[in-house]
Amino acid sequence: MATRRLTRSEQIQQTILYPVDWLEERSGLVGGLKYFLFRKVPGDTNWFQTLGAATLTAFIVQALTGVILAMYYKPDPQNAYASIQNITNHVWAGWLVRGMHRWGASVFIILMFMHMGRVFLYGAYKYPRELNWIIGVLLLASGLGEGFTGYLLPWDQTAYWATVVGININGTAPILGPFLAQFLQGGTYINGDTLSRFYSIHMLLIPGAIFALIGLHLYLVVRLGVTSPPWSKEAAGSGPLADPSTNGAGARSGLVNPRERKGR
Amino acid sequence: MQPHDETPHVPGPSLWPVGFAVGIVVLLVGLIVSVYVAIGGAVIALAFGFLWVRDLTVGTPLAHAEEVSPEKSTGAQLPMPEGASAAPPAERYPRSKFLELSTLGLGGVIGGIVTAPALGFMVIPPFLHQGQKDHDLGPLTDYPEGKYVVATFMSDPSQGEVSRRTAFVRYNGPVGTQPSFTIISNHCAHLGCPVQPNGPLDSAQTKNFGDVTLIPTVSIAGFGCPCHGGQYDTEGNRIAGPPVRALDRYSYSIRNGHLFLGAPFSVSHVVGSGSDAKISRWKFSFPGEHVNGIESWMYPIQPPH
Repeated sequence: MATRRLTRSEQIQQTILYPVDWLEERSGLVGGLKYFLFRKVPGDTNWFQTLGAATLTAFIVQALTGVILAMYYKPDPQNAYASIQNITNHVWAGWLVRGMHRWGASVFIILMFMHMGRVFLYGAYKYPRELNWIIGVLLLASGLGEGFTGYLLPWDQTAYWATVVGININGTAPILGPFLAQFLQGGTYINGDTLSRFYSIHMLLIPGAIFALIGLHLYLVVRLGVTSPPWSKEAAGSGPLADPSTNGAGARSGLVNPRERKGR
Repeated sequence: MQPHDETPHVPGPSLWPVGFAVGIVVLLVGLIVSVYVAIGGAVIALAFGFLWVRDLTVGTPLAHAEEVSPEKSTGAQLPMPEGASAAPPAERYPRSKFLELSTLGLGGVIGGIVTAPALGFMVIPPFLHQGQKDHDLGPLTDYPEGKYVVATFMSDPSQGEVSRRTAFVRYNGPVGTQPSFTIISNHCAHLGCPVQPNGPLDSAQTKNFGDVTLIPTVSIAGFGCPCHGGQYDTEGNRIAGPPVRALDRYSYSIRNGHLFLGAPFSVSHVVGSGSDAKISRWKFSFPGEHVNGIESWMYPIQPPH
């Protein structure tokens, strides 16, 4: 059988897809990624259902800018304020990265609440997604904890007194409140240890918890599928596409031939 | 797995949670108002909670998964060698079970040995060695009779400016042979902001020595907090705003003609003034915590300060 000469576009396709085939054959990662990303989505979803992804993006921005800021920030009482001034005024683009982290913090919190509001108003917290609501509440609490601990780090008067008030509010909780307050400030009063303690909680403890919780959150989203809006006639999307003609084995399926749009 | 097509596994409609919620609300209100109301709320919550749980469990027996235990397999399906005994193997403690438990147990022990000191290192130090040494606030002659002096000092100079504290010190004149002082902490009893004297300072008379700064006041009408508006009279009694008690005070001692600041303590209220004041003294507590009355029951134990 004479082989047909490949057209130009087919040649390009072969070239591009060769590494994809190579990777898939050895790791199965391409299939895994497609399992994760290629979801059956109800046709009448709308922009409000992108708020979760927006929140995730905001968190990734916070994580990246935070890692970079940590390269210049010095978490001890003598140098913290000066290092913030240095980042803002002297390090190249420091004002930009610090600004992204500072304003991005508010964006992250606002997006979390908007995402929560969308989930509530769409009834997306109902069976079988109750657990994902609970994980979301833990994520919200962790995010607010990030806001609380991050606010002290500039080590100026606003930061100091806001943290005094915040810690003492924690201290008024019944029974364990005084212990919580003393644990948070690392002593009876705010001191040098409070700053390094908050720094550690802000950039190691809570972000680790948030990464883990986001993993669980997304696992449940992938497992349970995208929720239909309340006005939708379509069933909620669920697991991976079952049709082997569109989601069969091999790295190329679903990448080479765009799937037909269904529903609508 | 298509959970969406199944009937939701939600509990049937029940009115008991409403009663449970009412009980919790009554309990919380009772914590503020009266202990009898709180007990009543707790009883309501417990009763309706019991009914609710009974509602949930009745008629929905927990499913018991069939136990899978390959070690107990009799091997009946396997061809038996000729002459082999067909008697069922005796019940014994399976090897895999032992290995599983010993792995978990050893792993748990190792994990505990590693985790416990690390967690303790995180949690315990804030509760050890918290007391401050007495602080020298200078000779008694720096304190004019009947006037407050704003004294700032570093409670722990090795920590630097972050350890700077402020106390309002007033010499009340001698009582018998001993001088009497009123020393009020500047930590607001609401949420710990720094209270300010309500009146002008005589900054020209400022004295500095070591890490101590003394600024006399001209005459003040009390103390006010800039954060949320708490107001106190000249003895530190709360007269307006959100604070829950009077301003904390410091104990003091006098050695070699110098005033030494001692440990702080909390005060619910003060009757009288100056050297005749009757001070209701309590264990040092965090701002915002009631030291007396029923609300103080919410703080039964205080960490070692």
